[in-house]
Amino acid sequence: MILRLAFASLLARALTVGMTILAIALSVALFLGVEKVRTGAKASFADTISGTDLIVGARSGSVQLLLYSVFRIGNATNNLTWESYREIADRPEVDWIMPISLGDSHRQFRVMGTSTAFFERYKYRAGRSLTVDQGAIMDDLFDTVIGADVAATLNYKVGDPIVVAHGLASFVEHEDQPFRVSGILEKTGTPVDRTVIVSLQAIEAIHVDWRSGAKAPGQSTPADVIREMTLEPTAVTAALVGVKSRLQVFGLQRAINEYPQEPLLAILPGVALQELWQIVGIAETALLAVSGMVVVTALIGMMATIFSSLNERRREMAIFRAMGARPRVILSLLVIEAALMAAIGAIVGLALLYIGLFFAQPLVDAAFGLWLPIDPPSLREAWVLGGVVIAGAIVSMVPAIRAYRMSLADGMMVRI
Amino acid sequence: MTPQRLIYETCSEYGIGMAHAELILSLSDVRYRWPGKASFALAIPNFSVASGERVLLLGESGSGKSTLLSLICGTITAQSGSVVVAGIDIASLSAGKRDRFRAEQIGLIFQQFNLLPYASVLDNILLPLRFAPRRNAMLSSPRDIATTLCAELGLPADAISVQAGTLSVGQQQRVAAARALIGAPPLIVADEPTSALDAATQATFLDLLFAQTRAAGSTLLMVSHDARLADRFDRVVQMADIASTA
Repeated sequence: MILRLAFASLLARALTVGMTILAIALSVALFLGVEKVRTGAKASFADTISGTDLIVGARSGSVQLLLYSVFRIGNATNNLTWESYREIADRPEVDWIMPISLGDSHRQFRVMGTSTAFFERYKYRAGRSLTVDQGAIMDDLFDTVIGADVAATLNYKVGDPIVVAHGLASFVEHEDQPFRVSGILEKTGTPVDRTVIVSLQAIEAIHVDWRSGAKAPGQSTPADVIREMTLEPTAVTAALVGVKSRLQVFGLQRAINEYPQEPLLAILPGVALQELWQIVGIAETALLAVSGMVVVTALIGMMATIFSSLNERRREMAIFRAMGARPRVILSLLVIEAALMAAIGAIVGLALLYIGLFFAQPLVDAAFGLWLPIDPPSLREAWVLGGVVIAGAIVSMVPAIRAYRMSLADGMMVRI
Repeated sequence: MTPQRLIYETCSEYGIGMAHAELILSLSDVRYRWPGKASFALAIPNFSVASGERVLLLGESGSGKSTLLSLICGTITAQSGSVVVAGIDIASLSAGKRDRFRAEQIGLIFQQFNLLPYASVLDNILLPLRFAPRRNAMLSSPRDIATTLCAELGLPADAISVQAGTLSVGQQQRVAAARALIGAPPLIVADEPTSALDAATQATFLDLLFAQTRAAGSTLLMVSHDARLADRFDRVVQMADIASTA
């Protein structure tokens, strides 16, 4: 009955109570939303390289290697020579290896030279393989497969010609050797979407007439001559490696790191990601703290509302007292009301989150390649919601204790 | 254990009202001063009400009526003297027990704003039973009794489920009466229950209140400043005769 009365009392003050609940709901939705984006971003990053055991590149920082090889963020300082690549590929532990050759671009998108192994071995989001949406995997030397975002942004169709520019943000184009779009990949939500994929040989082919980073003047080898050449690369940017047995990962990593001919670095993608999280962890914590403060602010707002309602509710408290309610009933009534408000706020907040996710999911995926899963609330989220209700009850103790004192002094006669 | 206390406990054990006890209320040598207020003090040498009596307590505002009612109901306790309600000296009870005692023994009606406006009429009537388990246990079906009381007090049949705040002042006072009467507490205390009503409504209300108080076997102590009501009561007491303020 007390619970019903508390509910009726809230209903009678629908406007102020509604505003308070809305504030709590928005803060809860924000908090959970930040959580979702945070875990979603982590999962998205981790999903980008599922199935790869080691990333190998020239010696630099492990985070740097991870960023440029997988996420196309930043640049390689040095390359991995083809001899080293071959030697690693021939090691008995290696199940598969695929080269990555970066450095050129098309418009705002990076061009990546690789082998056809890439289409078989590259796995994202819990072991999914790349699939070709339109067209087919490259067949000719001057064929290219483009990511979904490249096709969508530049409005490319299968068969369209593409001219690759030398370097990034450069005005020098490899106009002598235009490519043809042979296939467009399905959207993956990984950096592959924003990549123009060509074969490793094609990267060599467009640089045939280039000497030490510049085009040799007046020289232009015709395409059919190039096709006849053995286009063996001298170096690649990095390589992704899969081992036969997971137990061999550390041995192989050590062997590559101690490779005598060239300073190399092999990293475990998961470990490098952990390092990356440690770097961005502070920003993450700050973001979480700010949204936590918003929840606290909303709860303090509720406390203020309860405080300001106390005077007009003295009559109500006097009635309770006259009917034989102990002052602590008054106290618990206010705490129950606050907990109810917080609980409704938390539930509405959760609903807002899911409504928001439902609409934002495709937009966020399209804009940032970030996949926010719509899952039932996790245990952690349930704790957050429970915590909001408990915090609401605790915060309301302050006005409730005041009401307790007031009703003790007033008794059943209100003297205002 | 005093004989009166024995009677009270036996009676409440078996759920019988205290109608047969001799004195339902007796105050002797009571002195009370509000905390923090040196000037206003109330002294009541002797005042008692017999069981089943209908007593009108007349007094101007500021004569200490409200203080007296608070003393009887046990929301305040006297600095000296004794307030005995239904055979129990209120001062002997702890604060929590006094609240429970009030719920069990006393039905209260105020001048106005008696009800929780947001709650239904039924919830308002049943509210004291929530704090008075013995009074509640006496009733086989509180809901039916509340409905019957409402009907006998002349409230419309569908009034039981409406929000109390939507009723007229006259109707609200009847709901307050039903709430005081439910479970037949031995003492009904009414503080100017008719002063917010017009003359015609006043008369009807008093008729109904008297009838129901008698039916419940309860004692009625009513406080008012309106001497015109006097001839309807068994006994009229002037506040000035029993109490002195300083």
